[in-house]
Amino acid sequence: MSDHVLKASIAAQTAAERALPVAVLALLGLFLLYGVGFAQPEALHNAAHDGRHAFAFPCH
Amino acid sequence: MIGRLLTAALLSGVSAGVAVSVVQEFTTAPIILHAEEYERLGASGHAALVWADDATGGRFHLAHDGEAHDGGGDAWAPEDGLERTVFTVMANIIAGVAYGALLIAAFHLRGAAVDGRTGLMWGVAGFVAFAVAPSLGLPPETPGAMAAELGARQLWWAFAAASTAAGLWLLLLAERRALNVLGVALIVLPHAVGAPYPGDIGGAAPPELAGRFVAASIATGLVFWSVLGWLGGRSYERFVLRPEAAGA
Repeated sequence: MSDHVLKASIAAQTAAERALPVAVLALLGLFLLYGVGFAQPEALHNAAHDGRHAFAFPCH
Repeated sequence: MIGRLLTAALLSGVSAGVAVSVVQEFTTAPIILHAEEYERLGASGHAALVWADDATGGRFHLAHDGEAHDGGGDAWAPEDGLERTVFTVMANIIAGVAYGALLIAAFHLRGAAVDGRTGLMWGVAGFVAFAVAPSLGLPPETPGAMAAELGARQLWWAFAAASTAAGLWLLLLAERRALNVLGVALIVLPHAVGAPYPGDIGGAAPPELAGRFVAASIATGLVFWSVLGWLGGRSYERFVLRPEAAGA
């Protein structure tokens, strides 16, 4: 597929058509990010502990 | 469409999470274990490390506060060794998929062609927004370091990441000059507001070890975001832009 056709295939979708999948994906990302980096239950914190420190999330 | 976007997010996120786990074994993980030795030392014999500053109203605590990872605390924690490593890898994979989903969502919101190389540039922007900017106000914490109250730090971290991400978008992608300028302002804003800061600083681990951890964490973050950006770009191109090539 040429770049021209490629661009047309994305542009053919209106911003409104792209908005729903973008919102779903962004919410999924934020939900997972909250769980792995921010949520406070002690067991969850302990399980993700080293990852939280390494990713520089505020910990403890 | 959502299925193909999810495929791209999962594939790149899981891969980047596994890759960063390998890197962490050589960078951050040994320092965390080393710092915890000092932390245990501090918890058992150096109670003076835990104190509060009534004059400034600051709240400090020694992280973990004596709770150990090998079952010393009340709550469940993975056993040191293989179990702890397995849970860390799982956490890294979830973080990878989380950031992967945000990255693919950004590609799709932008609605332009992406490949491995442009994906890498997006990845570096993600690194700046989610690693560099929050680290400037809240340096990656070595276990056992003193810090301000957790909720305030989490709030500022999220604010810094979101404001920097939005600022980079406006600075680099908006076409109007005024929006570019607004982008710079959004990047500066979290640091002008200032991160929560403990009235006094200190911790169980020697500052040299804490310094090594900050460098290790940031460098590891760059590796993670580079891998995620490149793979995310490739995956988006293959599964979303050219699905017929992937047989989808």
